Amino acid sequence: MFSFSEALWVLLLGSLLGLELIGKVPPTLHTPLMSGANAISGITMLAALTLIIKAGGNNYLLLMGSLALGFALFNVIGGFLVTDRMLAMFSRKTNRARGKRS
Amino acid sequence: MISAATFKYFIELFAVLLLALGIKGLSKVSSARKANRLASVAMALAAVGVLVSSLGGGGISPESWVWIIIGSGVGGLLGALTAQRVPMTAMPETVALFNGCGGMSSLLVAIGVALFPLEGSDALEKSFIESISIIISVFVGAITFSGSIVAMAKLQGWLSTPHWMQSKLRHGINIVFVVMSLVAAFELYRGGNTGLWLLVISSAFLGIGVTMPIGGADMPVVISLLNSYSGVAAAAAGFVMKSQLLIVAGAMVGAAGLILTQVMCKGMNRSLLSVLFGGALGVATSQEGNASNEYVNITSCTVEECALTMEAAERVVVVPGYGLAVAQAQHTLREVTRVLEAGGIEVSYAIHPVAGRMPGHMNVLLAEADVPYDQLKEMDVINPDFPATDVVLVLGANDVVNPQAKNDPTSPLYGMPVLDVQEARTVFVVKRGMSAGYSGIKNDLFELQNTSMVFGDAKKVLGDLLVELKELGVSGKG
Repeated sequence: MFSFSEALWVLLLGSLLGLELIGKVPPTLHTPLMSGANAISGITMLAALTLIIKAGGNNYLLLMGSLALGFALFNVIGGFLVTDRMLAMFSRKTNRARGKRS
Repeated sequence: MISAATFKYFIELFAVLLLALGIKGLSKVSSARKANRLASVAMALAAVGVLVSSLGGGGISPESWVWIIIGSGVGGLLGALTAQRVPMTAMPETVALFNGCGGMSSLLVAIGVALFPLEGSDALEKSFIESISIIISVFVGAITFSGSIVAMAKLQGWLSTPHWMQSKLRHGINIVFVVMSLVAAFELYRGGNTGLWLLVISSAFLGIGVTMPIGGADMPVVISLLNSYSGVAAAAAGFVMKSQLLIVAGAMVGAAGLILTQVMCKGMNRSLLSVLFGGALGVATSQEGNASNEYVNITSCTVEECALTMEAAERVVVVPGYGLAVAQAQHTLREVTRVLEAGGIEVSYAIHPVAGRMPGHMNVLLAEADVPYDQLKEMDVINPDFPATDVVLVLGANDVVNPQAKNDPTSPLYGMPVLDVQEARTVFVVKRGMSAGYSGIKNDLFELQNTSMVFGDAKKVLGDLLVELKELGVSGKG
């Protein structure tokens, strides 16, 4: 399923996609965007999961995988929640402003 | 009936699509919140994909389940608690902490794979590609972790930069760590565990050595860059664990983080290289140029005078900056502007792209203090309005209101976009003392005739101002 040459293509195209996705970001969103992207980088939780599943009874691997999973989920869950907290403040304000005008 | 592997394949494909849409949506105010949720759903889906495909494949042993539940439970709970408890002013260090943990995770995975054989793979013998993937994952993961933790500690004020770290010596030390890492990488490739540990240590020290000398307003750039690194670390872990989803997601975050870093640098008129290698430049110039940095003709005034001028104004623009965020005075500021508004005075806020402790941070802080979103004006929008403004209140901002950036081609600030506050009739600058801004450059604004300094901590001055304005009966006017 996994071939190195294909994986390199995936890496290349993924990077180009990342460059294209962030074209124009208003400064307002720099902080939330950074923290949102940061949460996504916690995707290593999948690697940690696989490590635990394939540990084959090796206690060191189980422990390391569990630690890695903990760190990654701290990043993912904390990151998404804190981003949501920030963005909630913006949307609340926009809604109220809209309400005033109408 | 589809096989577990096919199921995982389609789930991953779908997750990548959602992640890309999520990152895209995060760059627009209207869709940002939805996009963030979309991305979190994608992550959850991907995790389910891994679990389900393993159930269908070799199955998951009970002890694996125990460790999965312990790890995810503890990590997830701590993450949720941190996210809810942390104050909005502490956002930069929080992002740094989360980021460091992501790097740590990639590092641990790579160490695990380097030390022990996984089920289904033969022995410890590694192919060239596998070794390189492990080396990159360890290297980038360790730098991300140590660098982020140093960044967090510095932003929290737990750490300050020792003086020798700002000398040229640090480049030498960092080069030593780079060489050590290279040697260690080679040793690791040849199959020695010593190489692995040496690589972990030397790259962790490299992360500390590179981050330590950088300070002040450059810190957010470093965090953004480290955020990009954690994406690279995730992609490298993807090569180690043979997961295309990890590679795509890591690559997207890595590239997007790099672009964001560059956007931030542009807002401060700095190049990425000068942030990374010239961290001490600002300090050096301010020390050398002390003589020419003396201020003459400074007018200072009391809070009372300031309040009197404001009472008579029709249009007031507030320029909040780093100092306001540090003094945590945004709520007091909101109370002051409420009183002004009640008195029929038009109030708006001029937000420089890099105001606050992180670009966009000021918007978050003011939103938290209940400032209506439509009163926040971006630089390009508000600049033409300054000539028609009676009073500008500069709170803890310095370099972003320095007219040198427009008028003096010899100034290091020249070319940086600034707010044209000097065009207003009266400018009050609230500042703790006459110290230079982050750039270490003298601010010509302070010497102008229409500028008055109000010395004091932003929070204290605003508190006094509030009292004075209430005594003048401003709120009763309208």
